[in-house]
Amino acid sequence: MRFRIEQRPEPSAAMRIAAPVLASILTLIVGSLFFASLGHDPLPTLYAFFVEPLSSMNGLSEWLLKASPLILIACGLAIGFRANVWNIGAEGQFTMGAIAASGIGLFWPNPDSALLLPLMFLAGMAAGMAWAAIPAFLRARMNTNEILVTLMMTYIATLFLSYLVHGPWRDPAGFNYPQTALLPTGALFESFDPAYRLNPSIFITVIAVLVMWLFTDRSFLGYKMSVSGAAPLAARYAGFRESAAVWIGLLAGGAAAGVAGMAEAAGPLGQLSPQISPGYGFAAIIVAFIGRLNAFGIVLGGLLMSLLFLGGEGVQMTLALPSALTRIFQGILLFFLLAADFFIFYRIRVVRPARDAHVLETARVAGD
Amino acid sequence: MHPRLELRNISKRYPGVVANDDVSLSIQPGEIHAVLGENGAGKSTLMKIIYGAAQADTGEIYCDGNAIAAHNPAMSRALGIEMVYQHFALFESVSVVENIALSASGAFDLPSLADKIRELSLRYGMPIDPHRQVHDLSVGERQRVEIVRCLLQAPKLLILDEPTSVLTPQAVVKLFDTLRQLAAEGCSIVYISHKLDEVQELCDTATVLRNGKVTGTARPKETTSLELARMMVGSKLPEMHVSPAAPSEKPVLEVRNLSAKARDHFGVDLKDVSFDVRGGEIVGLAGVSGNGQAELIALLSGERTHGHYDAIKIGGTPAAGLRPDERRKLGLAFVPEERLGRGAVPSHTLWENAVLTAHRLGTVSKGLVDRRKASIFAAGVIDRFKVKANGPGATAQSLSGGNLQKFIVGREIALAPKLLLVSQPTWGVDVGASAFIRQTIVDLSRAGTAVFVVSEELDELFEICDRLLVICQGQVSPSLVRTSTDREEIGLLMTGRKMSKDRSGDVALQD
Ligand SMILES: Nc1ncnc2c1ncn2[C@@H]1O[C@H](COP(=O)(O)OP(=O)(O)OP(=O)(O)O)[C@@H](O)[C@H]1O
Ligand SMILES: [Mg+2]
Repeated sequence: MRFRIEQRPEPSAAMRIAAPVLASILTLIVGSLFFASLGHDPLPTLYAFFVEPLSSMNGLSEWLLKASPLILIACGLAIGFRANVWNIGAEGQFTMGAIAASGIGLFWPNPDSALLLPLMFLAGMAAGMAWAAIPAFLRARMNTNEILVTLMMTYIATLFLSYLVHGPWRDPAGFNYPQTALLPTGALFESFDPAYRLNPSIFITVIAVLVMWLFTDRSFLGYKMSVSGAAPLAARYAGFRESAAVWIGLLAGGAAAGVAGMAEAAGPLGQLSPQISPGYGFAAIIVAFIGRLNAFGIVLGGLLMSLLFLGGEGVQMTLALPSALTRIFQGILLFFLLAADFFIFYRIRVVRPARDAHVLETARVAGD
Repeated sequence: MHPRLELRNISKRYPGVVANDDVSLSIQPGEIHAVLGENGAGKSTLMKIIYGAAQADTGEIYCDGNAIAAHNPAMSRALGIEMVYQHFALFESVSVVENIALSASGAFDLPSLADKIRELSLRYGMPIDPHRQVHDLSVGERQRVEIVRCLLQAPKLLILDEPTSVLTPQAVVKLFDTLRQLAAEGCSIVYISHKLDEVQELCDTATVLRNGKVTGTARPKETTSLELARMMVGSKLPEMHVSPAAPSEKPVLEVRNLSAKARDHFGVDLKDVSFDVRGGEIVGLAGVSGNGQAELIALLSGERTHGHYDAIKIGGTPAAGLRPDERRKLGLAFVPEERLGRGAVPSHTLWENAVLTAHRLGTVSKGLVDRRKASIFAAGVIDRFKVKANGPGATAQSLSGGNLQKFIVGREIALAPKLLLVSQPTWGVDVGASAFIRQTIVDLSRAGTAVFVVSEELDELFEICDRLLVICQGQVSPSLVRTSTDREEIGLLMTGRKMSKDRSGDVALQD
């Protein structure tokens, strides 16, 4: 008996639904074996990973708080990914957004102005877009590879932030810690409840998801982008500009990441320090793909990713699992999720050689 | 003796359609066997099953008396089965010789393989430069590469799925000589074509498919093409009506002294091309593929722009610097030669593909795609052009070659253009549908549209065109009136030989 992988004539609709379920089950099985083999009782571990973080109000608040930037950034990135524009520098655009927004927050003459937050929002968005505009310009004009440029720009952004908080923007009253002064209250999102950190910036994400859905699924511009991604020659045939797809794809990602950076600075952080992101910009790439570049899929992907962050921290604290273990477990889940997608487009068939086919079997071996 | 190939009760279904229904046939060594049928009859599906590129749901395949189990293309090649796909299966980003090396089994040596390709392709009358990149080749040239690739393997069974659809008549003659010689040496050949005269000339036996079922067998050499057509279509063929043209006063398309460097150094430079197309007439461009047609068409469609804005005028407006969508606003519609990936997005549905160019016709409003209207538009094209498809929601790649061609031609004609550019309008379309497409193009022109047709099929050009141009080495001849020229003259011009006529006579013809 032999197995063969073959392409399905049509992507399987049933598999689209079954794939994430299958992936989850496989993760639970493999994860349990993995924990068990290392001497950790699987059930309590899985419980601590997935259930405990969500069983308190604070846990729920943290869950959404962390999911929000992931979802927001992934929505922006997915617009580009659909058109084969590979912005992997959202981390840098996030950083620039946070810097620009904090700059306004720190130095605006009237710290009580009601315009302060809206201005910071615009500054964050503009900075993220500006940071993405550089690779967009280089790609559209000089055909440079945006994957490399966006990634490199991330390092520049991170080092620039480091320079600011170690140098010109360092808080004089901050005991020489590399961080800025706290943002004034007028420059902060006020939490829904002082006991928890969740704040209204989450509504920005909700709106972004709806806009993203409208753009990709209903708008003509989104349609053009998907043609550019799926068949560049057809896009040229129809007269859709390739450079437009590049600009829109990168600017959407930059805007989303910049706003996410602003919301982070004006939300849970409240000031700048060298480390402002636990890797949101990179994790969002995975979120975009788990969500199959679809707005509502991205929401689920972001919630899952956020839960993995929380659960990972949780088991490290409550069960004292090493952080490497939690990372491996997160990797297992992501691996199965993305691998299960394969079965939407392909299937495995069992083939049995016929009795009188031994001559041909030899031929096949020679041919393989 | 065992037959070279025997199919027993092959069935294959796709969502919404039975592509092959209990098909049995057998082919002897040295036999040239035609498989005939309308677009969507299931011919390509059957060939893919024989080659192992698709799996039958039920049924058995025997090769030289042995059942083939666990079939796949690698096994086919090991058995000496080679196939030229209808939609070519070449690697775009590497050269011709690398492509051929990739599909050869065993070790190879690129320089000597390149020499062999150059020599063999010349001998077969299908010259190709082994070092060109495949993505720069026109479909005609790609077809040559596919055929040469198969012939190089010295196959025992050769499957040709519409190999001559974009070959010139001269190349077809040479190909047939080669095929006959192969058959005489014992190679069996399965031949698919919608050109019945070719089938009658070449094939010993024929199997006719309709809706996936075998509806008959025939000996083409002893059967008239009318009878063959009737077996395929099951009804009478429509007749063409070409009324005399009444060209408009002003030209709709004016090309003046258009020169352009080829995009890569293997392409052909256009040299000082000038011609007009008036409303109400059909002008054809004849020529061997790879003589600058691709460059000219890209410049006319706007896929490539040009710095001298006046070199191309559409309806009097300088257009050489405009993008395709801007030219479409001037009334241009365009059917490109590649249907998958250029004329249509393979993975998108038909309604989505309708939006590709029909976005001016209300399928987009206020920046949003109107799915309902797009579906209605697509359904209209499907209905009018009798496209065999599982509704507007079917993906473009699930359609048979001829049916996708009908959809794209239908979409562009439905735009009610002032100027229609068509490249290979009936490539891969069955006899009944070709006649319908040609008639529709003629009717469109008689209603006032200017039509410019690029085709390698001289018969087609002679059937519908009012005037003919010939392109050779990037130069376009003065125009010839269809009724006062003949195949011989065009043939000479296609090979670059000058006519004996004096130039003033040609200029007189142009007016
Ligand atoms: N991958 C697929 N998914 C769904 N339907 C398919 C697929 N491939 C082919 N079909 C359907 O099967 C039928 C037969 O298609 P096939 O390509 O074999 O036709 P054909 O005889 O080669 O036609 P043509 O002369 O136009 O090339 C068509 O109705 C087509 O739509
Ligand atoms: Mg076919």
